[in-house]
Amino acid sequence: MDTKDTLIIGGHEFQSRFILGSGKYSLKLIEAAVQDASAQIITLAVRRANTREQENILDYIPKGVTLLPNTSGARNAEEAVRIARLARELGCGDFVKIEIMRDTKYLLPDNAETIRATEILAKEGFVVMPYMYPDLNAARDLVNAGAAAVMPLAAPIGSNKGLVAKEFIQILIDEIELPIIVDAGIGRPSQACEAMEMGAAAIMANTALATAGDLPLMASAFRLAIEAGRKAYLSGLGRVLTRGASASDPLTGFLRD
Amino acid sequence: MVRINGKEYELSGETLACYLAVSEYDSRRIAVERNGEIVPKSLYEQTVLKDGDSLEVVTFVGGG
Repeated sequence: MDTKDTLIIGGHEFQSRFILGSGKYSLKLIEAAVQDASAQIITLAVRRANTREQENILDYIPKGVTLLPNTSGARNAEEAVRIARLARELGCGDFVKIEIMRDTKYLLPDNAETIRATEILAKEGFVVMPYMYPDLNAARDLVNAGAAAVMPLAAPIGSNKGLVAKEFIQILIDEIELPIIVDAGIGRPSQACEAMEMGAAAIMANTALATAGDLPLMASAFRLAIEAGRKAYLSGLGRVLTRGASASDPLTGFLRD
Repeated sequence: MVRINGKEYELSGETLACYLAVSEYDSRRIAVERNGEIVPKSLYEQTVLKDGDSLEVVTFVGGG
């Protein structure tokens, strides 16, 4: 990949376009996952700490990887702001992925509350990466609120169903200047590749890896797919014929006459 | 009583630093919120827990 093709989020540059989740798998697999994914950003959650805890996830994340705490568990903007501030106090930078859900069945993000939280946290100097339902009006509001990227879901979180919201993500890619990072629902490398071909800036995946048979191998497969999709996007995809065919071979010099 | 992570404890008069040490929290890996306000690490020693205080002690865990 051309080294000049960097992903810029809130003024920070990244070569990798694969944001790795760290949920639902062994801490011992994190290092291999980060390496095989070539990930430079990893997401984390904030939870109540147990007394006498012997190990912490931070001990397993390779140095130099940017931590992206999420606000999962927040049901409104105030709770998300509270979690974001606690995450920053944990001493690992200013990045935050806003995740606000009112509904526990479908886990759909609440765009209105997410816009409110984005505005508050951006003013406090956070690099705000809001997870959202792919809606152009909400995405524009997030831009105005100071978001550093927009993270639309592809399908219900954890579903591995792929680009269910493809048309609406494409609209965001076409209309929003910020990086569009496809977040939830991507289940296979081919789906990640397709999103990158569409012009997504990056892919975030967790469940696709955590539920795979061989997690580091799947991390590697996603990395290759994301790189392939990015190169395809940068190269400009070939056209699709509406009907008929077009030969790839010369239409002269046949051996038959 | 002092409420910490949803449980009640008889801790009024103790310092936050003392509670965290006795509970074997690794202070490098936690953040503390007291009555909705973050307590900076530099204030753990001088923060005295009072009856009715509500604290959250949090850390990073795996997540998406």
